[in-house]
Amino acid sequence: MKTRQTQALLGCVALTAVAALAGCGSDIENKDTAAGASDCGTVDMAVNPWVGYESNAHVVGRVAETEFGCTINYVDLDEQTSWKGFGTGDVDVVIENWGHPELVKKYVEGDGTAQLAGQTGIQGIIGWYVPPWMAEEYPDITDWRNLNKYADLFETPESDGKGQLLDGDPGYVTYDEALVKNLDLDYKVVVGGSEAALIEAFRSAEENKTPLLAYFYEPQWLFNELDLVKVELPKYTPSCYQDPQEIDCDYPPYDLNKVVAADFAESASPAHDLVANFQWTAEDQNTVSKMISEQGMDPDEAADAWIADNSDKVDSWLS
Amino acid sequence: MTSIAVRGPGVGTAGVLAALRLRGRLWLLALTVTVWVAVWAATRGTHTLEIGGATLTDAHQWFRARAGWVENAASAGTNPLFALANGVADALNGLIEFLQRLFTVPEFPRPYPEVGWVGVVAIAAWVTYAVAGWRSLLVVVPSFLAFGFLGYWEDSLDLLIITGVSVTIALAVGIPLGVAMAHSKNVSAILTPVLDVMQTMPSFVYLLPLSIIFGIGSAAATIVTLIYATPPVVRITAHGIRSVSPSTLEATRSLGQSAWQRLRNVEIPMAKPTIIVGINQTTMAALSMATIAAFIDSPGLGQPVLEGLRRGQLGASAVAGLAIVIMAIMLDRTTTAASVRAERAARAGGDDRRRRRLVLGAGGVLTLGAVWVSHTQVWANPFPAGPDLGQPIADAVDRVADWLRSDLSALTTSVQEAFTNLFLNPVQDLVANSPWYVTAAGLLAVAVIAGGRFALAAAAICLAGLYYLDLWNNAMVTLTSVVTATVFTMLVGVVLGVWMGRSGSADRAIRPLLDAAQTIPPFVYLIPILILFGPNRFTAIVAGVIYAVPPATKLIADGIRGVAPTTVEAAESAGASWWQMITKVQVPMARGALLLATNQGLLYVLSMVVIGGMVGAGALGFDIVTGFRQETMVGRGLAAGVAIVLLGIMLDRITTYGARRTRSSVPAH
Repeated sequence: MKTRQTQALLGCVALTAVAALAGCGSDIENKDTAAGASDCGTVDMAVNPWVGYESNAHVVGRVAETEFGCTINYVDLDEQTSWKGFGTGDVDVVIENWGHPELVKKYVEGDGTAQLAGQTGIQGIIGWYVPPWMAEEYPDITDWRNLNKYADLFETPESDGKGQLLDGDPGYVTYDEALVKNLDLDYKVVVGGSEAALIEAFRSAEENKTPLLAYFYEPQWLFNELDLVKVELPKYTPSCYQDPQEIDCDYPPYDLNKVVAADFAESASPAHDLVANFQWTAEDQNTVSKMISEQGMDPDEAADAWIADNSDKVDSWLS
Repeated sequence: MTSIAVRGPGVGTAGVLAALRLRGRLWLLALTVTVWVAVWAATRGTHTLEIGGATLTDAHQWFRARAGWVENAASAGTNPLFALANGVADALNGLIEFLQRLFTVPEFPRPYPEVGWVGVVAIAAWVTYAVAGWRSLLVVVPSFLAFGFLGYWEDSLDLLIITGVSVTIALAVGIPLGVAMAHSKNVSAILTPVLDVMQTMPSFVYLLPLSIIFGIGSAAATIVTLIYATPPVVRITAHGIRSVSPSTLEATRSLGQSAWQRLRNVEIPMAKPTIIVGINQTTMAALSMATIAAFIDSPGLGQPVLEGLRRGQLGASAVAGLAIVIMAIMLDRTTTAASVRAERAARAGGDDRRRRRLVLGAGGVLTLGAVWVSHTQVWANPFPAGPDLGQPIADAVDRVADWLRSDLSALTTSVQEAFTNLFLNPVQDLVANSPWYVTAAGLLAVAVIAGGRFALAAAAICLAGLYYLDLWNNAMVTLTSVVTATVFTMLVGVVLGVWMGRSGSADRAIRPLLDAAQTIPPFVYLIPILILFGPNRFTAIVAGVIYAVPPATKLIADGIRGVAPTTVEAAESAGASWWQMITKVQVPMARGALLLATNQGLLYVLSMVVIGGMVGAGALGFDIVTGFRQETMVGRGLAAGVAIVLLGIMLDRITTYGARRTRSSVPAH
């Protein structure tokens, strides 16, 4: 009996305390239902793991949210997983695609779960780069013909007595082993294994003035911090890419494009036209990427800032 | 498997014989290596089975075709198995989305989730009090506040939701399986290899197929977590049930209890503390999948870790990693406290219980009130924006990184270069640049000398598998790094473990650091070690050592502490110095713990091979990462995953059988 009385007493005290707390702030009120109503619905936007991609994704996303009332669901995925997501219904949009002929073949030409949705206006460049201090100290290093002359500079414990060519991100296609062989370069390809590994290698090479030759690509936010210099390889020709074993010229430039799920393209969502019309420049993208990676801004805020300064471009996507 | 332990020699001459056998084996090992080096010198660089970075063989194409079949079957949806998977995925997604709407994701038109931070903290406190006692509140409540003040309130709760759902399912499936394993040798024989594969197969290998079968997101993330986190609770439950004393069981049998009554009334209660250790291990394993699952868009703290990484913001990654560490330590301490309480509760009297029920009742009312307040009041719902503890920590981490890069990396790079040139390259040359059949013969000889004929059989099967997977050379490069990392792990582990085992204050000082090293996502410390050592095999080895040292050290410390006090006193009174005490008494007596630590160290190092592939180790780890990222390389990635399982099983069997032989040939103390 005694227990029950105490329990009741404690309960009363607790309830009084709760009532007191409940009275001391503002109530939660529901949002205005009218503002959220739209015919756009939810768009599943893949976010592939590089900052330039995030810039595309959030600029398009913010425009879709403010203009059409879409709900954008950002899905953090690698390239290959994103493309598989077109078929499973988990992904609607890939907003910056680097070529990937094998995926185009399988999902656009093959089972038809994906469709190409035009170019982004940016050209992707893949190649071999050296840190800025090396280009200054050895001006002729940027010509591939001189690479053998400097091979011993690039020797590391990993490279078997040859020069080290550091390869990187497992997500990108590389023909570096064929290039080294066919151009008779006295180098060994050593895998770095991730974009983070390449970035740290460049940062510390510049900071400590140590030699480094590595596979890299533009646009990339690191160029805001370091002016990496590209080594000129023999000029790209389509004929040199006939046989992957015989490649002996530079990587082709990639016209970056957009890919959407077939279902999404047929849905008549206003967001689909926006995605198809979206086009900007490497400079535009870099402005947003810099805000995200260097200033640590939230991607949506960075996108809003760019949109506010570039209403003419945004308008051209909406027409 | 317990039946195949080799019997030791009889009493009397036992010690002498055992010593002779051990010495004989060491001589044989030395002889093997000498012959190997001689043959290598003559044949070096031939028949190494090395293949180019992009080469795909028939075996790899076979795996790719299987992956393609899974994908087509999943998208066609006609196969009943995949239809079942769809149903499971829908149920899991439904449950997780329901929990998210309660705690982290507002549902339109409500601007905030149903329950705010005040309610969540109250619920956490009440549950903690109920299962672990009031002392654990001092850990749980500050931890929850830290999640918020570090700036990751929603991500932390999302991770708790995914972990909670996964662990609940893992326990519901795992504990009965463990009981079945303990009761039936057949079940045990079937399940053991399955558990081995589940624990050694790198998750990057099954991430992609599972996200096709279960859809990208929460459901696939839960399944991935289940695969990795279920084995510990199964194994430890089985161990706990098997260890219930036979005389107790005998007594209940004579009382005429049925098997079910015996299980419910005797076996489970007596094995409860051990089972809770299993729950603890499963929880930790589930948490450690958080960042991996974020690769397929699992909600939770893994996302900000990877986000910081791709944006080059180490500090931000580190703060999210810190939140994971806090969560891990919180869950570890609470489950440990719960196990202590479970033991005490069985003995507690009525008075205690009455008071407890009273407090629980009143607390329940208060909690409900807090939930209601946080449902209706703005101040109690979204976590307060300030003070922001995350930003200053992130800035400090970034400053340290800059300092490492500018002031320290030159020195550390020269350490890395010296080590690679003087040790790693020669050893790898021997293992990977010998003709494949020479290396195979060498490894088989090591297996039979160290572990006997059972280890030989296991090694032969695994090596044949590596040969047919067309990844022999890469497997040998990876094997070299794994064994090197394990040697370093043991060196560090023995020093720290002996110190912790001998001194309580050292234990208290070091243990939290070990907990942190074990639970912080490797992606967070990859950047600092990349800064220090650059992308190469050495960096990958360091990453493996960081991950494997905590479990090895803890096992060694336990072993040292377990040496009988009477033995230590006897040695003390005989005038042994502290050095003699360690080398002649404590370390030899803890030999069993040392061998177990080596075995576990190897497996932990092996589970970091894929991470190593991301920082310059190349070989199998890189094959797996490339298979995950590039459609054309999927087959080679799958083959590399199987190769890692084979390496794991081979190393595990050699060390396990080796440990048994050594233990049985040393006189018992």
